[in-house]
Amino acid sequence: MKTLMLGNEAVARGLYEAGCSFVSSYPGTPSTEITECVAKYEEVYAEWAPNEKVALEAAFGASLAGKRSFCAMKHVGLNVAADPLFTISYTGVNAGLIIGVADDAGMHSSQNEQDSRHYAKSSKIPMLEPSDSAEGLAFAKLAYELSEKFDTAVLLKMCTRVSHSQSVVETGERQVPAQKKYEKNPAKYIMMPAYAKKKHPLVEERTKALTEWAETTEINRIEPGEKKTYGIITSSTCYQYVKEALGDTYPVLKLGMIWPMPEKKIKDFAATVEKLIVVEELDGFIEAHCRNLGLAVSGKELFSGIGELSQNIVKEKLGQAVKAGETLSEEIPARPPVMCAGCPHRSLFYVLKKLNLTVLGDIGCYTLGAVAPLNAIDTTVCMGASVSGLHGFVKAQDEEAAGRTVAVIGDSTFIHSGVTGLINIAYNESNSTVIILDNSITGMTGHQQNPTTGYNLKGDPCTKIDLESLCHAVGIKRVRVVDPYDMEACQTAIKEELAAMEPSVIISRRPCALLKYVKHPGPICADPEKCKGCKACMNIGCPAISMENGKVKIDNTLCVGCGVCGQLCKFGALSAEGGR
Amino acid sequence: METKNIMIVGVGGQGTLLASKLLGRLLLTKGYDVKVSEVHGMSQRGGSVVTYVRWGDRVCSPIIDKGQADCILSFELLEAARYTDFLKPGGRIIVNSQQINPMPVIAGAAVYPENLAEKMSALDAQVDAFDALTLAEAAGSSKAVNLVLMGRLAKHFDFTDEEWMDAIEHSVPPKFLEMNKKAFESGKNA
Repeated sequence: MKTLMLGNEAVARGLYEAGCSFVSSYPGTPSTEITECVAKYEEVYAEWAPNEKVALEAAFGASLAGKRSFCAMKHVGLNVAADPLFTISYTGVNAGLIIGVADDAGMHSSQNEQDSRHYAKSSKIPMLEPSDSAEGLAFAKLAYELSEKFDTAVLLKMCTRVSHSQSVVETGERQVPAQKKYEKNPAKYIMMPAYAKKKHPLVEERTKALTEWAETTEINRIEPGEKKTYGIITSSTCYQYVKEALGDTYPVLKLGMIWPMPEKKIKDFAATVEKLIVVEELDGFIEAHCRNLGLAVSGKELFSGIGELSQNIVKEKLGQAVKAGETLSEEIPARPPVMCAGCPHRSLFYVLKKLNLTVLGDIGCYTLGAVAPLNAIDTTVCMGASVSGLHGFVKAQDEEAAGRTVAVIGDSTFIHSGVTGLINIAYNESNSTVIILDNSITGMTGHQQNPTTGYNLKGDPCTKIDLESLCHAVGIKRVRVVDPYDMEACQTAIKEELAAMEPSVIISRRPCALLKYVKHPGPICADPEKCKGCKACMNIGCPAISMENGKVKIDNTLCVGCGVCGQLCKFGALSAEGGR
Repeated sequence: METKNIMIVGVGGQGTLLASKLLGRLLLTKGYDVKVSEVHGMSQRGGSVVTYVRWGDRVCSPIIDKGQADCILSFELLEAARYTDFLKPGGRIIVNSQQINPMPVIAGAAVYPENLAEKMSALDAQVDAFDALTLAEAAGSSKAVNLVLMGRLAKHFDFTDEEWMDAIEHSVPPKFLEMNKKAFESGKNA
């Protein structure tokens, strides 16, 4: 049956059809929907793991036990999973194992623009790269065949435009291979030096065999062109931009496997064209391979390694005219993302700003606390870095400065990799104050359950990790809970914990305002008679509040009635009365 | 046929994804090759969001580039103005005249430009600006703006009522079906 599917949904379908039986992932845009979609198939066991390293190791365990398994992550998640990745390259697999990784050129929803293809080369694990949904489905199935044939995990590399574009796929039936028997094999699975030394040459042999396969496989295909002036090597979404821009004008070598790449096939292709051009996003990965083969090639000198490419960019760089439409002469104000109306993070950030604290931030919706007018966050690096960074910052400062610094981290991020930093704070005794923003969900990626919510990926009730007990257990004696909507209580708690001469954790607890089960009282009433136009309420950056003719105005379609603005108004112009 | 391109733009949370889902379904049942490119993640949080819908005999790129859109369907006035350079010469802009202030405007750092619909009409574009929010509210919910806009779009494309209704039935929850059909009709007939 022909249907329209997101790239991520198509990969999930491919996993299902290939008989994948175990999935463990950590959410991350743009990879999240692969796992959400595969979880909808009853036959597939699927879970959210606390982080990507755990996810990959769990998937490896399932492969060892003999079932086809999978894990997904975003590009930066692969950094977290890199430790098992490099050694799983040596052990190989029992049943097939696929690692899905989704890059985010253009940084639609990421903190950096790293190119995951380097991981394939450095870990010596083959990588397939689909260019649309149909290939997403087909490559997922093919990846299992490769995985079992060559005794290796396989990386399936997505990107924002392939993950989050819908295109036409044809679905098939699910076929589950018989579960493979697990057999003890120390030389294969115990990677201590004696065995690992024997394994490494086998990994190099495997790469040679995979390179041979790359020479003949249909997924590395040459599409003929009318002119030989250029020959283009490309892959992933860039292939689609090339075909859109140039049609069948020039011959194209489309690589479906991005590592290892063929050698002879590329040389032969280069020999048939006048000028060899590589069209790829981010780094010159294919280009470097061509240079290693001794070929003259143009790549990054034409196509920027920063941000995304497009059909117009391909045309322009190859000397064809491109005409943009007309623009207005007006200055069009930007519309950056903002914290939602009623977001429990907003009021806490307001208090942090008011107290003029140094705030080490983390990854999640609350990163938006960095933007005006809150401007409450000093740093954002990676998952968990707020907590571990705070420890170093506090240790390196005098006592007085330490009393003006906090870390903020969400519930899911804390479990992902904040808790190890907290253990360091307790163990090495820094006078740190960590604020866990517990909104009872993984928010930014679109509401995924996590170990603190009491529900699993399939939506069933499960063991709930108690954050207070966890913090106590790792050695933090001062643990207290506040309601972020109560700004006075937040301020008191933060001041007291900063003054305390030992580590402490403040859990700022209120569910995300977008969660379906959260009941809101209804919009606040703005009283223009009482409003003096002082704009104190504007300092929290709520999208539901604006000024009209010098008076405060509430957008009733957005306001949920959290009442935070009312706490800022000295004149009682924003109240729950009347408006609800 | 030449590939057709519709850009659906708006503010994160306005329901642009449902509009693209509906349109995608409709075009697929018509037998076209279809690509729909969406935005997920951070930009969805009240930011400017763009969805590309493309169909034809063979569609390669999932995105629409500058100067290529046959139609910009905008859920908000400023967002239509932001993307006019994506429109083909003489292309169509269908825009909900609702204004939602972005944070720089709320914070007083920028000004929401005046008379945007008139200014867009001065470009090489056919501009259809109307109050879709009021029509949606009359149909039963401010959330039905997407169906009102779909109705307006239907005036300009050669698909049958049955085809539209099939796509609507497959895209909205059954309990909101009647309301959404009403919103669609009001957009089409307004």
